[in-house]
Amino acid sequence: MSAPIIELRGISKRFGPSYDAAARLGRSIARRLGTEQKNEIVQAVDRVDLSVASGEVVGLVGESGCGKSTIGRMVAGIMPPSEGSVLYKGQDIATLPPDRARDAKLKVQMIFQDPYASLNPRLRVEDIVGEAPLVHGLVKRADFATYLDAQLRRAGLDPAYRRRYPHQFSGGQRQRIGIARALAVQPEFLVCDEAVAALDVSIQAQILNLFMDLRRELDLTYLFISHDLGVVEHLSDRVLIMYLGRIVESAATEEVFSRPNHPYTQALLAEVPRIEARKRRFTAITGEIPSPLAPPSGCHFHPRCPHAMPRCVQEEPQLRDIAPGHRSACHLNDRL
Amino acid sequence: MTATLEVRNLRTHFFTRAGVVKAVDDVSFSIAGGQVLGLVGESGSGKSVTGFSVMGLVDPPGHVVEGAILYQGRDITRLSERDMRALRGNRIAMIFQDPMMTLNPVLRIDTQMIEAVQAHAKVSRAQARSRARDALGQVGIPSPDERLAAYPHQFSGGMRQRVAIAIALLHHPDLLIADEPTTALDVTIQAQILSEVQKLAVTYGTALIWITHDLSVIAGLADEIAVMYAGRIVETGSAARVLDTPLHPYTQGLIGSVPSRNRRGEKLRQIPGMTPSLLRLPPGCAFRTRCPHADAACEQEPEPSQPVPGQTTRCFHPLIAVSA
Repeated sequence: MSAPIIELRGISKRFGPSYDAAARLGRSIARRLGTEQKNEIVQAVDRVDLSVASGEVVGLVGESGCGKSTIGRMVAGIMPPSEGSVLYKGQDIATLPPDRARDAKLKVQMIFQDPYASLNPRLRVEDIVGEAPLVHGLVKRADFATYLDAQLRRAGLDPAYRRRYPHQFSGGQRQRIGIARALAVQPEFLVCDEAVAALDVSIQAQILNLFMDLRRELDLTYLFISHDLGVVEHLSDRVLIMYLGRIVESAATEEVFSRPNHPYTQALLAEVPRIEARKRRFTAITGEIPSPLAPPSGCHFHPRCPHAMPRCVQEEPQLRDIAPGHRSACHLNDRL
Repeated sequence: MTATLEVRNLRTHFFTRAGVVKAVDDVSFSIAGGQVLGLVGESGSGKSVTGFSVMGLVDPPGHVVEGAILYQGRDITRLSERDMRALRGNRIAMIFQDPMMTLNPVLRIDTQMIEAVQAHAKVSRAQARSRARDALGQVGIPSPDERLAAYPHQFSGGMRQRVAIAIALLHHPDLLIADEPTTALDVTIQAQILSEVQKLAVTYGTALIWITHDLSVIAGLADEIAVMYAGRIVETGSAARVLDTPLHPYTQGLIGSVPSRNRRGEKLRQIPGMTPSLLRLPPGCAFRTRCPHADAACEQEPEPSQPVPGQTTRCFHPLIAVSA
């Protein structure tokens, strides 16, 4: 396998309230009076390691609130990690000199879920797509028109629409504008955060096909974040399953779908609606995802796990190899 | 057996400044108690407006301009608003995609549920409260007694949707219309809600109309499927028939674009083009500009036909199994 283009080492992200001077004073008084407020820190991502090889498509799957979008944002460089480091081609972005860090960040672009919220409604398509390459000097003024036309055409948009505003486009076309904007700065790595979730099935198929064409054409690497296992299975070479801030399983796509190891992965796969299914009884994983404000001790999944043992309540299972290229974080694997 | 609901030649049009939008145009279907009908279509196909029409919730500039909606044999399009209110939320209920369309954000859950019980049943507050608590328990909300005192914002999205479902189920309706209620939810929560709704259909003989664009959900849930495109039902039949041997090229295209139907990593089969604007529909078959089989005949309006027993389509060139 080729060298990793992106590597995350022990990366964590915590969100907490920011206190102004008055609130800090209040809290310190409360502490002295022995009525300290409870901890309000959300551990969105908890010591995650992840590496994506050049040319690979990695699918990141999990339910809402599991931290998958936060990982995507840290990879794309639009959110700094609380702990750990993001390496681009082996170099820690945080320690690079500013101009080189900027170039590295430019090579990683992001495509967002909501094609309505992610485009500035007051800018024309030519500015949305063309501003970044001009600012970063990737294209000269004189060549701008040709460059822009090529960018729009590549994303399946008619260059004649360049002077239109986002509201004049349908959802699928807006997503194409978002793709054209990301590709206009000639990235090597795309983070797609639920990029097709808001689209109708037939439009979704068109956009997924575009992603696959672009991958071949431009030799792109993808981190594909989605809660839709069907989409992830179709597109990815490798799949990571996340639960409450931690990666619980990772393996090649066929391996995950044919031999899921972690009880959470197994439950998730059992719930995926399949068009091949006919009139069946639906069952459900009991309980809901616990609040990340107060995650369960030990293995985060133990309150919902049908195989939970006393050990799962106390001890956090480590992600380790259970077969070549297949990693899982479950105490059950120790009994085999 | 009389159908719980029979819709005949329904037309719901919106009279806008830009022109008349025929959101629902000559739609007919029927559903019996205990059955699940999947109403499938993409954004703008008219599936939600069909649901709103049955509920009598179409707001101006929209009107039901033609057709009959028979609930247990009685045409409810002719009911007075007062009689319709007695049915709505009682015998006929609806679950919306966004649970906050059902819930009032500034009222506690118990206030809202007790009001919903007392609107249709002469019971004391205490009795209404205990019915509300039972309904919450039924949809799997833990410690329903305490949760009754909570406000909607104190629930997660999945919990809120379950509260909305509990309200729809308070009076054990004969007909429940569910408009994409699980689209925004995670798969595990979706499975919980699907299992609740399934239990309901079995236990109380509720007829269920499940509106969605997701064929995978409907495959496991529905008895019958109706596929809508540009305001019309283009195909109906049993779930197995429609999914295994679709007659209409649009149905076939929809099924083909589901990722799990395709080989991994290969290009997905896609329907070319986009859904046409309802203001500028081409004359004849609305799908013909995107259809691989379209020819001159399609410039005429296709009428519903039944090329095989038990399966209806609006198409001049239905895909009758050539391989058979």
